Amino acid sequence: MFDAPRRKLVEVNGLKMYFPIHGGILRRRLGEVRAVDDVSFDIYEGETLGLVGESGCGKSTCGRAVLRLYDITEGSIRIDGEEIGDAGYKLLRARRPKMQMVFQDPQASLNPRMTVARIIGEPLDEHTALSKPEKLDRIYELMDAVGLNRNFANRYPHEFSGGQRQRIGIARALALNPKFIVCDEPIAALDVSIQAQVVNLLEDLQSKFGLTYLFISHDLSMVRHIATRVAVMYLGKVVELAPRDALYGAPMHPYTQALLSAVPEPDPNIETRREHIILKGDVPSPANPPKGCNFSTRCPQVMDICRQIDPEFREVVPGHYAACHLHDIQQTRTAGEPAAQEVSPSDQQGEVT
Amino acid sequence: MLTYTIRRLLIAIPTLLFISLIIFLVVTLAPSDPTANLPLSIPSEVRAQIRESLGLNEPLLVRYLLWLRQFFVYEPLHILDQAFGWSLATDDMQRILSWQTRSPVADLIVQRMPQTLWVVGTSYIIGVLIALPIGIVSAYRQYSWFDQVGTFVSMAGFSVPTFFTGVLLIVIFSVQLGWFPSIYDTTHEVTDLASFWVQVKQMIMPVAVLALYNAAQISRFMRASMLDNLNQDYVRTARAKGLSEQVVVLVHVLRNSMIPVVTVIALGVPTVFGGAIITEQVFKVNGIGQLLIIAIQGGDVPTVQTLTFIFAVLIVLFNLVADVLYGLLDPRIRYD
Repeated sequence: MFDAPRRKLVEVNGLKMYFPIHGGILRRRLGEVRAVDDVSFDIYEGETLGLVGESGCGKSTCGRAVLRLYDITEGSIRIDGEEIGDAGYKLLRARRPKMQMVFQDPQASLNPRMTVARIIGEPLDEHTALSKPEKLDRIYELMDAVGLNRNFANRYPHEFSGGQRQRIGIARALALNPKFIVCDEPIAALDVSIQAQVVNLLEDLQSKFGLTYLFISHDLSMVRHIATRVAVMYLGKVVELAPRDALYGAPMHPYTQALLSAVPEPDPNIETRREHIILKGDVPSPANPPKGCNFSTRCPQVMDICRQIDPEFREVVPGHYAACHLHDIQQTRTAGEPAAQEVSPSDQQGEVT
Repeated sequence: MLTYTIRRLLIAIPTLLFISLIIFLVVTLAPSDPTANLPLSIPSEVRAQIRESLGLNEPLLVRYLLWLRQFFVYEPLHILDQAFGWSLATDDMQRILSWQTRSPVADLIVQRMPQTLWVVGTSYIIGVLIALPIGIVSAYRQYSWFDQVGTFVSMAGFSVPTFFTGVLLIVIFSVQLGWFPSIYDTTHEVTDLASFWVQVKQMIMPVAVLALYNAAQISRFMRASMLDNLNQDYVRTARAKGLSEQVVVLVHVLRNSMIPVVTVIALGVPTVFGGAIITEQVFKVNGIGQLLIIAIQGGDVPTVQTLTFIFAVLIVLFNLVADVLYGLLDPRIRYD
């Protein structure tokens, strides 16, 4: 994994995205929703970083913030060596061709009054000086690349199925030869039978065009299939980040363990004997996160320190990051030994694998 | 689309016939007497003779069918004769005559229409032209001071009746400042720049009153429709494409937002022809609205019937126009 020196294409540091809450008669600012709260990660060129977490944990916000579709509250985002965290509107527009997004809802994310050719071709109008026939060639080329029949170029989005619409969305994202694509739950709105097609298409395109993905999903099996490394988010924070096999094989954070134990096992014999970690209670409000560790209210292995101090997001094992006090103790005790065995009973880890 | 339009026009025929019956019954059965406005010195036998000469003693059905024949056969023939100098209509084809003036209702309408179209039509166009940018900016800068002021003004324009704003304007600009005349002079003819200016001056106040009212309504529609679309996913897609903000708002959002607004504007056009009864009264514009109110007061059944039925035709027609526009603007709507 570390054989070749890989270039970091995306570097996110201390990203915060707070949404203000206004209320009262004078609509004063009462507080803020901490949708993304101090998140840091890197994405290497050519890899797929999976970003998983439950609904409302800030995955999508994080993805949009990385592309600066929001004005971020704080933090630094470097894409291809260029800081865009505080970039102005003009610079951002100029950088858009490099970074694109595939959206979750392929129906809503396409303008209903534009034909497929116009949807795919519009970025070309804005960012290139191609002539009309050149543009049309490029549009056809893109439609071929995503497996859409060229005859459909003059149809409207509502005339397509969900899977085809998502292909239009992907073709649109590819139009300007981006390096980095954020896939925001690109398969969540699709039938299971279509999901695999779209994911395979994304993989094919990745190898063909050397794309780098940030793949946001709540489907753990799909992320396991496509991702090189996986980051787990909970309540606005990344709690664990590790190479795929390490994360699925030996999750360090209690939340990741609970999440993985919720994935059903196809074999009914194993499934019935398996012990699930069932989390109690609800996710706290991101407007009012708990003191200390965000997960301390639901963590099955909570300690006193968890309710006081927010754990640092550290590299516990090379390449495997986690934010959990369990690993602090582990490190002070055994001076840097791998922490996995003490963290949790390992039975469910083995079965989940 | 063409077959759809033709089908809708065919469906409109029974609809309009039914409407004409309702109008006829409502107007005829209303307890009004066309001779009530005549001097009290006229004896009641003479009044009865007048009523008989107006055909009021005939059974309802006969009167209805006669009116239908007059409206759909005789009147069009007479109008064609007048317009092209033909002689299709014979002398026994009686026109629809106003009971008050004894002149054909069609002539009355032709006399009144220019005033109404000038004043009410201009106010509608100005209202739309003001409303669209206000609605767009209000939505784009939602909750900004501009939006707050716009909301306040449209609420005021919407809720304050025109007989109040009209009189208020007269008090301020005619009585206090003396800038504009309070009475609209219909006999004024525009011949040169100076007389054109006089025309503009007498139009300003009634137009302003009506434009405020129209703009208030349409700007709200525009704002709501823009807000609906601004939060759509495809707008985020457009931004992620790296389009300029101008293109995002004017091409993506505005075009989609215009679909419902255009239909609302089309549906409002019949009210232009219907005139503004109250505002025309306030500024003494002798347009269609004033004709209608005078005819109602005088128990002038043929005039009221004809006017109301023409409004009904226009409303049915512009409903169809709105539907067809919707189909043209929105590719998702298809009429087969």
